[in-house]
Amino acid sequence: MKRYVYINDNESSHELYCDNRISNRKYTVLNFLPKNLWEQFSRFMNQYFLLIACLQLWSLITPVNPASTWGPLIFIFAVSASKEAWDDYNRYLSDKKANEKLVWVVRQGIRKHIQAQDIHVGNIVWLRENDEVPCDLVLIGTSDPQGLCYVETAALDGETDLKTRVIPSACMGIDFELLHKIKGVIECPNPDKDITRFDANLRLFPPFIDNDVCPLTIKNTILQSCYLRNTEWACGVAVYTGNETKLGMSRGIPEPKLTAMDAMIDKLTGAIFVFQIVVVMVLGIAGNVWKDTEARKQWYVQYPIEGPWYELLVIPLRFELLCSIMIPISIKVSLDLVKSLYAKFIDWDAEMIDYETGIPSHATNTAISEDLGQVEYIMTDKTGTLTENRMIFRRCCISGVFYGNESGDALKDTKLLNAVAGSSPDVVQFLTVMAICNTVVPIKSKTGAISYKAQSQDEDALVNAAAQLHMVYANKNANILEIRFNGSVIKYEVLEILEFTSDRKRMSVVVKDCQNGKIVLLSKGADEAILPFAYVGQQTRTFIEAVEQYAQLGLRTLCLACRELREDEYQEWSLLFKEASSTLVDREWRIAEVCQRLEHDFEVLGVTAIEDRLQDGVPETIETLRKAGINFWMLTGDKQNTAIQIALSCNFISPEPKGQLLLIDGKTEDEVCRSLERVLLTMRITSSEPKDVAFVVDGWALEIALKHYRKAFTELAILSRTAICCRVTPSQKAQLVELLKSCDYRTLAIGDGGNDVRMIQQADIGVGISGREGLQAARAADYSIGKFRFLKRLILVHGRYSYNRTAFLSQYSFYKSLVICFIQIFFSFISGVSGTSLFNSVSLMAYNVFYTSIPVLVSVLDKDLSEGTVMQHPQILFYCQAGRFTVSPPFLAFFLLLYNRASESEYICWMVWSIFVPCNCCVCDHHTCLCLREK
Amino acid sequence: MDTDRERHRARETAFYLFTQQSLPACKPVLTPGWVIAIFLFMGVIFIPVGLITLRASHCVVEIVDRYDIDCVPEPSRMDKVSYIQDDSIPKNCSHFMKVHKYMKAPIYIYYQLDNYYQNHRRYVKSRSDKQLLDGQKYHDTSSCQPVESNNNRPIVPCGLIAWSLFNDTFEFIREGAELKVNRKNIAWKSDRGHKFGKNVYPSNFQNGTLIGGGKLNPEIPLSDQEDLIVWMRTSALPSFRKLYGRIEEDLDVDDVVVVNLMNNYNTYSFGGKKKLVLSTSSWLGGKNDFLGHACVFVGCSSLTLAIIFMLLHVKYRR
Repeated sequence: MKRYVYINDNESSHELYCDNRISNRKYTVLNFLPKNLWEQFSRFMNQYFLLIACLQLWSLITPVNPASTWGPLIFIFAVSASKEAWDDYNRYLSDKKANEKLVWVVRQGIRKHIQAQDIHVGNIVWLRENDEVPCDLVLIGTSDPQGLCYVETAALDGETDLKTRVIPSACMGIDFELLHKIKGVIECPNPDKDITRFDANLRLFPPFIDNDVCPLTIKNTILQSCYLRNTEWACGVAVYTGNETKLGMSRGIPEPKLTAMDAMIDKLTGAIFVFQIVVVMVLGIAGNVWKDTEARKQWYVQYPIEGPWYELLVIPLRFELLCSIMIPISIKVSLDLVKSLYAKFIDWDAEMIDYETGIPSHATNTAISEDLGQVEYIMTDKTGTLTENRMIFRRCCISGVFYGNESGDALKDTKLLNAVAGSSPDVVQFLTVMAICNTVVPIKSKTGAISYKAQSQDEDALVNAAAQLHMVYANKNANILEIRFNGSVIKYEVLEILEFTSDRKRMSVVVKDCQNGKIVLLSKGADEAILPFAYVGQQTRTFIEAVEQYAQLGLRTLCLACRELREDEYQEWSLLFKEASSTLVDREWRIAEVCQRLEHDFEVLGVTAIEDRLQDGVPETIETLRKAGINFWMLTGDKQNTAIQIALSCNFISPEPKGQLLLIDGKTEDEVCRSLERVLLTMRITSSEPKDVAFVVDGWALEIALKHYRKAFTELAILSRTAICCRVTPSQKAQLVELLKSCDYRTLAIGDGGNDVRMIQQADIGVGISGREGLQAARAADYSIGKFRFLKRLILVHGRYSYNRTAFLSQYSFYKSLVICFIQIFFSFISGVSGTSLFNSVSLMAYNVFYTSIPVLVSVLDKDLSEGTVMQHPQILFYCQAGRFTVSPPFLAFFLLLYNRASESEYICWMVWSIFVPCNCCVCDHHTCLCLREK
Repeated sequence: MDTDRERHRARETAFYLFTQQSLPACKPVLTPGWVIAIFLFMGVIFIPVGLITLRASHCVVEIVDRYDIDCVPEPSRMDKVSYIQDDSIPKNCSHFMKVHKYMKAPIYIYYQLDNYYQNHRRYVKSRSDKQLLDGQKYHDTSSCQPVESNNNRPIVPCGLIAWSLFNDTFEFIREGAELKVNRKNIAWKSDRGHKFGKNVYPSNFQNGTLIGGGKLNPEIPLSDQEDLIVWMRTSALPSFRKLYGRIEEDLDVDDVVVVNLMNNYNTYSFGGKKKLVLSTSSWLGGKNDFLGHACVFVGCSSLTLAIIFMLLHVKYRR
């Protein structure tokens, strides 16, 4: 499905597409009450309470005043409804503010100031510096002569660095006045929520004749909620408006997560409900029998001989009402209350503030804190989660010569500095690739210092390192790059950029040397994406060794390569590339295919090694949590050796004699199958030994294993306490989480980047690290923390306390309801099984609310053990994790519970009986105030 | 420097401590020593209390006399129900009660009914508290069903409870002289003062075809009908005692009290028992051994546990 956007056509699209009115509201004034009630009544517990409350209106059967049920019920509903209403009202206010903001829009060729909500698809919107973008726009003009503009996309993906956006080539050079009158059509896909893709085409109408259809990518758009920066003005055509923008489409309320405890409570409620029905039936039958045999003789009761047709039902229904307190109505409210307090405790915790950035921890999801105490598997990302994600260029290998091996820092290696000073051609070529094979934007400040805006930390490290080695990437002027090397200025014209994708694992630029007109392809990428494509005859052995050596040290490696292109070869390819770039279907795949045609026969120049340091406290945190019985899996996109090195250095796996690493690899199904079985066998044998066995699997083998040998892999997953999965894609990460969840394990996923979002959302608990890769993960997560080491405190202190408190509170809620209910049941046996309530309405309500519900809330401050003790003996967490095993067969637990409670009520009842039967005067005011003696 | 101090002070505030979950708390550790001490303490407290309570209970002298069978003449015993329902037969009856122990005034007279369900739902609900207080000014007597009106006139007091008022009467004679029975102040003061109206007089009561229990003197306001007030404070259990009056003379050992009673109330149809109880009182109330037994039991088991723990502790000292 496509949509055609006619630029500056004021009439045609008004009916087709919605206007720019944003609405995040769930309710309107009219539908609030019915919709909210409907939502609340979709819960079983609420339906049950409503039924009970309605039955109580029938005075023939109600044992107590209906107010005693209606009161709490209305209170509970009012609380949740007003919370919803308040949230919705705030959403309405922010929507209104956004909708009524004034923006400049072209109407009938004249710029007008109108409200943002009146923007229609096809309108031209003008923005000034620091304006917020009101809807998704395709850029058609900027103040910059090269057609560039800078946007800040923090609200969209949390990345705070500036992104460059460029106007499509077709609009290049159209002057300011003409932009008001421009006409054309944009062919674009229907709205979706992918903020990294926009595969569209633009065709301008006369007089702006351009024969070509001009392809548009995400680079030509500025999306809603971004800010225009460092650009005087920019204008664009609205393509998606209102709730159909990329941001609007990706908004949405995620499925609420249910904790193990919630599920347990629901099960218990169900069990109690069944039990209640049984009790009601037994008592109902007993009551009817008693009525027909005994009550007729009790002349003072005056039972009528003939009753109405529903007479048989009256006594069972009375007991149903009498027993309705068995299911505590207060549990939902108390739990909601304490859970939001747990979340607050996490927000407040002074020991979980990242003092480097000043970011406190935050619990976005307030409902699942107790699940933290039951975590069994932690799936962690590597880069930025275990490591700092602060890349520093450390070593390199240029044409077989290793630099930086002695000092550990290539930038200080005199050998390299000498080679640079002597303009050794290999080194110069290597540095050139480092400096310009990237998408970095150099920004010159007023003092002349150059700073770089990079989207990737690796590129940033490489460009900065190159600059320190006197190869300074000085300026970018449209397609012309300027490089200063040893005092001379070299200019390159960028012809094409073959962008990085996680499938291709490399990126390239095609540049034309402005001095001699030679066209060169410069590439950098992962070793397996570069080395196999070296030209026939090049010795890549040293590079492979270099890669291995660096990976052993836990460094991230990139291979740099280049190839000189012939003019005709480039021209031919360029046409293919253009065609691929303007396809609407499978554009990414088509582009990859075309790139493949150029990226071969490389001359490999060398290998760079970038260090990414471990965060503080990572090894300790992993060790402590492992002692607490939590299993760790590392899921990383990085290569195997680097992943293993990082794993070794952070206690993730133990070195040889103590630990053992099992590899699952293979390119074909058979190989993977064999290797999987071998590993499984070893794992079974060693599972009894006190040895740390871990398995390592790469993305390719994982794909096969998950597809064809899911059962075997699941068994392996259960046996293995540690695993390293490298070269995995975001969707594989999510699949692994799904796999462990399907084995009924409580999983926690922690990550920091956009590639972890799916895993974080999939896991029972998602933790995001608000790090340098932006806030995308932190936003999707249930908890966001500043550093990995806070995870220890989050689980051992907050998770454990929350679990214990919630467990106590919910058990207590059931306990107190059962106690009072059993008193009623036993009393019914001595009151002629007629369904008399021993307690009057006020006392009953007071018991439920004032005596039992409110005081017990103090237990949220309860600490069974001090924080220090828990941190020192993390094994204590076993009890929390085991929680689900001991209570898993709910019926057993329930009847144990029942037995205890029953005997207790019996005791109370028996005590009452023993005291009052022989006492002087047994009087009571409607059976409540039983007094010993009157004077 | 200043900010440091301020920050320090801020840390001290209660709210900060609350947010950090580090409010001061007491955390008793149950060491063996503590456990033994607590059990010992409980034993030491509970046993004397129990003994005192038991003693108080034992001081109370109680005479219980079941009269419902004896008061039916021998020939009618086969069909007690028709006997009690026959108004033509006089229901008076005499009983002897022997005082086995000196009884100090005041001696409380109770009647005890067994197997009588005053707590039955139909029964408890059948009253109108508003009418009892305001009389005929309050018209809505629907709660009194099935005894709310008769001949289209409301019944005051309405409802099953009042209708089934207990109507046996007792007279006590010792050595030929009548013992004075004080029938005043047997109901709760609050009931007399606030629950039953001073200007409400019984009307249309027991006028229907079905006569339940006792009748009321229409000249006396409800607040002074103490028998009714006592009766209307329904009992929680099917076996209960209600106060009839007080004898304000001491009874000596071997005194024989002759009780002349009117055996009017029908408990025969449902097999209920009727008993007459004379009882003195102690500071703890009537005769009730349960509390004392319970205390002694708890105290003894605590002591035993303490001793067991102590032995275990001595044997397996760590």
